[in-house]
Amino acid sequence: MPVSEPPRPRFDVDRRKLLRSGLSLGALTFLTGCDISDNDTVQSMFAAVSQWNNFVQGELFGGTRLAPEYPESMAVKDFRYNAWYHSDQAPLLDAAEYKLELAGLIDNKKPWRVADLYALPQKSQVTRHVCVEGWSMIGKWTGTPLSVFLQRVGADLTAKYVGFVCADGYYESIDMATALHPQTIMAYQLSDQTLPAKFGFPFKIRIPTKLGFKNPKFVTAIYVTNRNPGGFWVDRGYNWFSGI
Amino acid sequence: MKPAKISSATHDIQEHPLLVRIAHWGQALAIIVMVGSGWRIYNSVPIIDNFRFPQWATLGGDPPISKIAHMDPGVANALNWHFTGMWLLLASYLLFMIHGLGSGHFRRDLIPLNPRGLFRDFIAAVTFKLSHRLGEYNHVQRAAYWGVLFAVLMMFMTGLAIWKPVQLSWLTWACGGYPTARVLHFIFMSGICLFIIVHVTLVALVPKTLVAMVLGRAADPIHATEIRHAGE
Repeated sequence: MPVSEPPRPRFDVDRRKLLRSGLSLGALTFLTGCDISDNDTVQSMFAAVSQWNNFVQGELFGGTRLAPEYPESMAVKDFRYNAWYHSDQAPLLDAAEYKLELAGLIDNKKPWRVADLYALPQKSQVTRHVCVEGWSMIGKWTGTPLSVFLQRVGADLTAKYVGFVCADGYYESIDMATALHPQTIMAYQLSDQTLPAKFGFPFKIRIPTKLGFKNPKFVTAIYVTNRNPGGFWVDRGYNWFSGI
Repeated sequence: MKPAKISSATHDIQEHPLLVRIAHWGQALAIIVMVGSGWRIYNSVPIIDNFRFPQWATLGGDPPISKIAHMDPGVANALNWHFTGMWLLLASYLLFMIHGLGSGHFRRDLIPLNPRGLFRDFIAAVTFKLSHRLGEYNHVQRAAYWGVLFAVLMMFMTGLAIWKPVQLSWLTWACGGYPTARVLHFIFMSGICLFIIVHVTLVALVPKTLVAMVLGRAADPIHATEIRHAGE
């Protein structure tokens, strides 16, 4: 293989070409250097792609495919608290006064009291809670499958969405397929203890097939609807389906 | 502008079909978006204790604006960039791979690749004795291109493993579980960044490769002694 001094390149023609390529490279860096994330057009593009990603995730979702379950010894006892406010500010609901309201496409809208909820059939799961920010933690939750509750109150199971309203101003919604998934539960207990206030007393919706923020706490109302109700973080730009 | 009169008998020529150029720049743009937004997402829960990427190097908007619009330091924007950029990366990567394998470009230019050639060219490169001829790929280049193509493939695998640890639990398991998959995603990202630094530096040293990747063709006259060598 001959190794020799290459000739000096001639720049007479190439200078213009280089200028042009330099400009396109510049355009690339412009994109990151001058951040256009909060531009209107960009936000519309995000919304459109997020819709597409909802569709793709819905197709990928297996209604009977189970989230991996772990041995109980792997469940974290001191679970991580996460919200946009300090745990001291978490709403303290009084079990004697609490009522779960029902609305929308549900036959029997009679409100539920804590004792009646806790009397429903229950099961436990040791699953991984995955946060959208990247941390994850294995915990043990116990409660009633949401599908059992929805059938009990005569919800229209052919409707598209189930919405949740929470005591702290939070709200969420999920697709019916996820609502009927066997591991989607109304969790009354974490680590065999009644849910502490900061984790959502009297219950949280535990969905191991979705990101953490899709697991609403201190639920005060459940409704069934065909119009997508959005969600607290969803309405702030996060993907609605957020399946894992 | 039209270099058609340049003969391949006297010139080293580098040619890139339009398809390759679209796929190359598609991947370039997508990787900038993926890395920039990935760094912003990383910053919300760092893998390496107390190591965060400087905010100016990340993609996700102005944090004070995000605090109001999204109630976060730009994570919603970064996630949106990430889950938009992935489709561009997937499309351009597939285009590049299908063309490279189908057209014979990889077979012609990126193999053979063996340890001996790699060692020889690497020593030549670090002692500044490795000549670059347009249109020809030495063993170090071949290894780097295979390496980065593999790293992008692994970014898809580890990325899917942390995006879908339930639906694709077998993949997450194969990546060593959720937390490990996240670390692997970070490691392969670092590998791609290393490639970009070397790649861009070498392009700066041999600017005609950039001309070829933008306009489709570039040529270097071959030195008289080289023509003699080639003729022998």
